[in-house]
Amino acid sequence: MALPHRNAVVIGAGAGGGIVAKELAEAGISVVLLERGKWYTAFDCRKDDLRNQRNPTLGNAFGPDEERNPRVVVENGKERIVYPSEGSYQNNAACVGGGTTSYGAMAWRYLEKDFRMRSTYGAPEGSTLEDWPISYQDLEPYYEKAEWEIGVSGSDEGNIFRGPRNKHLPMPPQPLNLEAQILQSAAQRLGLHPFYVPMLRNSVPYNGRPACMRCRWCVGFACEVNAKNGTQNTVIPKALATGSCELRTQCMAKEILTDSRGRVRGVAYFDENDRYQEQPADFVIVSCCAIESARLLLNSKSRLFPNGLGNRYDWVGRNLQGHTYTGAYGVFEEVVYDDLGPGSGVAICDFSHGNPGMKGGAMLCNEFIRLPYQFLARIPPKIPKWGKAHKDFMRYAYRRTIAVHGPTQEMPVFDSRVQVDPKVRDYWGIPVARLSGSKHPHTNEVGEYMITKAEAWLKEAGAIYTWKKTAGKGLSAGQHQAGTCRMGNDPRTSVVDRHCRVHDVDNLFVVDSSVHVTNGGFNPVLTIMAIAYMASEYMVKAWKGTRFR
Amino acid sequence: MTLFCPEMAGGLVLLMATKLKRRQFITMAVVAASGGAGSCARSGSPWRFFTTEEATTVTAIVERIIPADQDPGARWAEVTNYIDLQLDGYYKKLRNTYRAGIAAVEQTSRRLYGKGFTALTVDQQTALLSALEKNKAPADIWKQVSAASFFAMIVDHTMQGFYGSPRHGGNRDGMSYKMLGLPYPPVRGRQHYDFPEST
Repeated sequence: MALPHRNAVVIGAGAGGGIVAKELAEAGISVVLLERGKWYTAFDCRKDDLRNQRNPTLGNAFGPDEERNPRVVVENGKERIVYPSEGSYQNNAACVGGGTTSYGAMAWRYLEKDFRMRSTYGAPEGSTLEDWPISYQDLEPYYEKAEWEIGVSGSDEGNIFRGPRNKHLPMPPQPLNLEAQILQSAAQRLGLHPFYVPMLRNSVPYNGRPACMRCRWCVGFACEVNAKNGTQNTVIPKALATGSCELRTQCMAKEILTDSRGRVRGVAYFDENDRYQEQPADFVIVSCCAIESARLLLNSKSRLFPNGLGNRYDWVGRNLQGHTYTGAYGVFEEVVYDDLGPGSGVAICDFSHGNPGMKGGAMLCNEFIRLPYQFLARIPPKIPKWGKAHKDFMRYAYRRTIAVHGPTQEMPVFDSRVQVDPKVRDYWGIPVARLSGSKHPHTNEVGEYMITKAEAWLKEAGAIYTWKKTAGKGLSAGQHQAGTCRMGNDPRTSVVDRHCRVHDVDNLFVVDSSVHVTNGGFNPVLTIMAIAYMASEYMVKAWKGTRFR
Repeated sequence: MTLFCPEMAGGLVLLMATKLKRRQFITMAVVAASGGAGSCARSGSPWRFFTTEEATTVTAIVERIIPADQDPGARWAEVTNYIDLQLDGYYKKLRNTYRAGIAAVEQTSRRLYGKGFTALTVDQQTALLSALEKNKAPADIWKQVSAASFFAMIVDHTMQGFYGSPRHGGNRDGMSYKMLGLPYPPVRGRQHYDFPEST
């Protein structure tokens, strides 16, 4: 039985969907915001070292739930079923706010060259490296909107590599903790250009919520004092306050429904009581993140779209990418740990581009605070894994270690992809995502190069011993997953146009990291947010014109 | 007679709250205890999953993985309690592996030294565990589980119980945090930090 008609359905209340819902609702468009997870708040902050988004040793803290949401991964030709708390699952959170409820909250603008990777470097063999159809300048006003509406602290004034910005950030940076101070002066001695990491985190009271209290449980956790800014505590409450937006949690989208003319007519989903529902709408926005958005489009098959929506040329689910984090650890003679969270504070973009023989690079920064259990996975290979020597090293090194790392920009690979599995279904009977592929070899080369830069930085800072943080060659996606519904001008080599509209379906949009052509050498969230503002502006205009009919 | 298990404790509290007569109470408590024994490990064990003997072996193993020195070791931190609690929860699927692995450790010990693991010297225990780590244990004993993967698993769980959050039954009094020089209880807030004025 169909529910009462609404103008729009947004599927997924994360970084992208939360913003779209608010922008549409404020324009008077009636919106249903569907979210498969729950709504966690500051009261749900459990400072649990073993059960959080960064470390799901004892389970996932922010969804999806373990039993009902399997995936299939294909590694070295072997396929197996995986569950959300396993690394190969490539999980992002499933809750109101999506990843923004529990993220580290770095708020990067991509650099100008990040939008022109192919014309800057040329595509390496075996990569679908391409330019974006939009430029940094196109996105700049929307970056600014995200910085001010969601709330960003920091300062990139020291970053000579940044694109031009119209307006400074709304909040000053948090003062650097001890390790960041040590790294900052070392970078200066090396002639590099250190600056304050921009963060979606209150350094001063902002938007009616308090400043960060600098605890050590940040990335992976909901904020206890609600000082971390995501869509769950900014735009989604605003959307609901308009009266035009209805949020339905624990609703699992099954497929996007189309009519005989090939236009979207609504969304089929299972509600919180697992009842089948159909929500009719004039237009639909898919914002489920790169893996689940692709899965939903591929599962939306009909006579006119036998291979799924937007998939006429077999590009949906392709080019799945994330970030290849590499770097180095250094141990110091003196204690370098002062227990001031969130930890990460200083960064450089000196090696984001222009590295000899390399296509792209990465921003490098000091890592967020490593809780003791996390630190265990980071001790040097030559230290015994147990016994007195291991305990001695923990005791000596925990507060004397600095980690520097960065997200290497990846070379997209056509065969690194999301499909829907022909056999395995989830709790609701919906075919699950099937992940396969691997990194492009050049991505690993750039990652190795970044290790040398991180080690040099640590040595200049006074590290008496350094060791490498390396990356594997397997598929990359995780919390920075992107690329599966590429934005482009040519419908034969992309899925959505520059407005995030699916090429051959006028009233269907994809607004999340799926549309990223390349993923920058940075955490992607501010770019997702900026694109969401940009696409929403287009949708509101189009709505006022044609009403998508 | 079962000494304690959480389900039983709940039953007792409930019974006492209903203010039954003394004789009725005793009868019902006995019924509750015998009924509850199935969900407790085995009769006589104070643990949720482990038998008393298994728990003693596990405690000896984890104490070698993180031995006491100037700071307490895994035994004091109640790592065995952490593992037992998880085997009754998130790690339920590992129950058979644990049961088989502990039995295999004991068998290996008897084969190599003629006595149980807990009766070995510290050096002998360490040597035995190193052999497991390198998968150089008697193959006929380690058929059901691999020695190296069992050992890697118990190392990992020991680290979780020692360095993880106290709420999961280990890291008693946050002692590993104290050992590493981290403030505990874990509040590092306004009182420690000069906040910039609002702009």
